[in-house]
Amino acid sequence: MANVKIPIGPQHPALKEPESFTITLNGETIIAMDVRLGYNHRGIEKACEERTYIQAMYLVERVCGICSHSHSTCFIQAVEEIAGLAVPPRAQYIRTIISELERIHSHLLWLGVAGHEIGFDTLLMYAWRDREVVMDTLAALTGNRVNYGMNTIGGVRRDISREQLADLLKAMDILEERTKYYIEVASEEVTLIKRLSGVGFLSHEDAVNLGAIGPTGRASNVDTDVRRDDPYIAYKDLDFKVITDTHNDVYGRTLVRVGELMQCYSMIRQLVAKIPDGPITVKAPRKIPAGEAFSRYEAPRGEDTHYVKANGTEKPERVKIRAPTLANLQSVAKMMENNRLADVPIIIAAIDPCFSCTDRMIQVNDIGGGPREIISWQALHKQSLEWYRKQGLDFKALNEKLRGKLS
Amino acid sequence: MTNEEKTKKELSERFGFSTEQIRVTRARRIFLEVPYAQFRQVFEHVVNGMEFRHLCTITGLDDGDTLAFIYHLAHADGAVLNLQTRVPKANPVLQTISDIFPGGLIYERELVDLLGARVEGLPEGNRYPLPEGWPAGQHPLLKDWKAEMLDGVYPKKEVKSNG
Repeated sequence: MANVKIPIGPQHPALKEPESFTITLNGETIIAMDVRLGYNHRGIEKACEERTYIQAMYLVERVCGICSHSHSTCFIQAVEEIAGLAVPPRAQYIRTIISELERIHSHLLWLGVAGHEIGFDTLLMYAWRDREVVMDTLAALTGNRVNYGMNTIGGVRRDISREQLADLLKAMDILEERTKYYIEVASEEVTLIKRLSGVGFLSHEDAVNLGAIGPTGRASNVDTDVRRDDPYIAYKDLDFKVITDTHNDVYGRTLVRVGELMQCYSMIRQLVAKIPDGPITVKAPRKIPAGEAFSRYEAPRGEDTHYVKANGTEKPERVKIRAPTLANLQSVAKMMENNRLADVPIIIAAIDPCFSCTDRMIQVNDIGGGPREIISWQALHKQSLEWYRKQGLDFKALNEKLRGKLS
Repeated sequence: MTNEEKTKKELSERFGFSTEQIRVTRARRIFLEVPYAQFRQVFEHVVNGMEFRHLCTITGLDDGDTLAFIYHLAHADGAVLNLQTRVPKANPVLQTISDIFPGGLIYERELVDLLGARVEGLPEGNRYPLPEGWPAGQHPLLKDWKAEMLDGVYPKKEVKSNG
């Protein structure tokens, strides 16, 4: 039978973000895969050059909705290094706490997505329900579920109170108990083991060769973790294990992530026990002296890197961002080989891709030009109903019916 | 002797770089600029002989008359060697390193699209990250590039939306 090429994406029901894969099939078996990216490029690197450091920090935080703290911390670490700022230890600890909470939220999100991609939607419901515990914790500490806005150049913007730390420990207990259950599911549930074993195989040699990082690399026994190898913020004070696995497949990637969750809880307990008192910020200059720095950060998906070059003004000369997914994509083509077409979604999902992170460029014209107003929740609700009515969708009858049932 | 000092010593002994050329900016961070003629030789030695086996990424910079490229190479012990080289902007040709790091391909495609570098030996494939139909000769990360340069050139036609 002749080979068939199937385009998947950039818009496709099986994918959550725009990316395009051209898959060459022989029957149901994948022979090769070609990736086309760039659909989410928003011009963030270029835009940073036209903004002050503090504006650029907020922009960089929006590179990704999930790893927002990762990007902003990675960026300001570089800026602080160039400016020679000594960030207070308490601020370093707070950054580390948010960093690990972000990893918990990301890994639980992934576990749910992975469950969904293999038709195990109970796992999705469970994992995402439990994820609300960490989302509530993040919202309580920072005011936001994502894009926390905790960082500022020279420290953090909000302190964490003793009561909040106590609540944080309670949340860790709940999450740890739930994660133990997921470990049990991952090691005993036959459906899950059979569905994931051998799928998306990436040998250790290929993982090293193609530069796989984060949980994707660690599941092929690539023993690297920036938190241990090139410690930043408070990681040098923490005792933790880097989880690796030798399954080399999607099953291994699952085990690594649930294993990492357990390490997160232990790290947060250590952070709460050791957090020093003191100031949470030092004054940062508006103008950053000329210089350059290269910063690395272990984001939930793997090593995130930012390079910053300063020219002595209040705006950076160059900001270069390399998000983890870009480094892992080369491995995806290899993982696809000899798998079935039906495995495509779970193999892609197993690197926990984030294409919004990966792409960073082009232009929004005149975003602030129009009139602005602050409207109430009721007015917003009314406006949305009217918008749908204009599109020919009227839910009035349905709403009344539901209301009748509820009362 | 720390690992950074060892790296510094080996590089200066082997290639004759002065100790001022090799800057250790902090623990685990080494910066070195080499002339392009010597780049490949140093790069190969650093990767194969000195075990900087992970290419974090490649940064491209518009530096006036030249384009600068920084290859960020990491060692398993956490050290990063930032190996910089430059080529004239008028003729920005460099050789691919994707034969050594297959994963480096996408970083080189980025240099091609965003800075207009010409990478010799880069296998054929999809461009990254700019869209098909992007006007030739426009490279957004060049300092003199402005978004207005796209006016009337890109996108060529309005696509009607259905939503």
